[in-house]
Amino acid sequence: MDFFHLSMAELEAIRLSLRVSTWAVALSLPLGIGAAWLLSRKRFPGRQFLDGLIHLPLVLPPVVIGYLLLIGFGRNGIFGSFLYEYFGLTLAFQWTGAVLAAAIMAFPLMVRAIRLSLDNVDQNLEAAARTLGAGPIRVFFTVTLPLALPGVITGSMLAFARCLGEFGATIMFVSNIPGQTQTLPLALYTLTQVPGGEQGAMRLCLFAIVIAMLALLGSELLARRYGKLLGG
Amino acid sequence: MQVEVKRKLGALALDVSFGGDPGGVTALFGPSGAGKTSVINMVAGLLRPDQGRISIGGLCLFDSERGIDLPPDKRRIGYVFQEGRLFPHLSVRSNLTYGMKLIPIAEHKVKLEEVVDLLGIGPFFDRRPRLLSGGEKQRVAIGRALLTSPEALLMDEPLASLDAERKQELLPFIARISREFSIPILYVSHVMEEISQLTDHVVLLREGRVVA
Repeated sequence: MDFFHLSMAELEAIRLSLRVSTWAVALSLPLGIGAAWLLSRKRFPGRQFLDGLIHLPLVLPPVVIGYLLLIGFGRNGIFGSFLYEYFGLTLAFQWTGAVLAAAIMAFPLMVRAIRLSLDNVDQNLEAAARTLGAGPIRVFFTVTLPLALPGVITGSMLAFARCLGEFGATIMFVSNIPGQTQTLPLALYTLTQVPGGEQGAMRLCLFAIVIAMLALLGSELLARRYGKLLGG
Repeated sequence: MQVEVKRKLGALALDVSFGGDPGGVTALFGPSGAGKTSVINMVAGLLRPDQGRISIGGLCLFDSERGIDLPPDKRRIGYVFQEGRLFPHLSVRSNLTYGMKLIPIAEHKVKLEEVVDLLGIGPFFDRRPRLLSGGEKQRVAIGRALLTSPEALLMDEPLASLDAERKQELLPFIARISREFSIPILYVSHVMEEISQLTDHVVLLREGRVVA
């Protein structure tokens, strides 16, 4: 059965995708929790604007986001030139750029899920914690966040899945360089463009399904286990 | 405890002032809608008065004229809510010690073992709150507030969700707390029988005003 034997290029694409998605979720999670908390708990001028900005990747064509990233974070872009000059960091046409593109595309999904569970945290419990002597930050980490954990898990899983599937923004911003920026979807697409690539494309397709199912099952299991703990 | 507060709450104009019994239980009594919970929330720092002064012992918690408004976590009060409000993600043990751990050991006036004994919490010490009965939950909630070694204990209808038998079981506990730990208690209720078992010091509230 040679069919299930992944070629080097395919293996590399899978590994890159997993790496990009993991970093994208890990790096955007603190920001996502912060944004969700702001939107769930605070009333401030510009709140609607922030909400819209976060949701933009959900409604804009991914290629447009990729193009904006290229303008902003390219070597000559406002942010790109700054990053290069002060940190020697280049994002465009690098796997790190793929992380940024994936993180931005997945951000709205992550924030929505976390915000929903923050909305459901009983603020009376937070008030009770305050009367027990805990300051606002301690209350957040010992009461609010643990109670919102199911949403954090779901949000991370959704974001991870979205990152794995990222295509448009990625190809626009970091191109499709085998071994460097060629993630699983890009590799799959490339394989369908060359004669004899069908088998490889099918292998990657199956792999994508397996990873997605595992992520889904894993997060479901975690969330359910934790939900039981809370008695919800 | 000195309370003197004004606040408009929708149709209700709250204008309340009273002094608490320094050594024992002060009952805040009145029909529902009289503003009892609002008053106790103001003492706890969960609701801001429009105007007034609140102090416990020598400590000023709120003074609109001097611009003092301590946040709830700095007020050194213990609050027992009507619905218990135990943390569902923590064990009974962790619920009990949540506030206790936040104060320096030198200030621990109330010991964990004493509270566990007094309230009979031992048998379900390691359980989760959702597995407890209403009466057990309320005992843990009282213990949790008590273990912060507060300067005063606020209780908002702590027995309201319990059946008559449990009420009779818990009332003596509450009476003993203020005696044994010499912590003044502000006790909100609309049930005269409860109050008459606990104290003679009653503040009668009606439509946002002190009647007697």
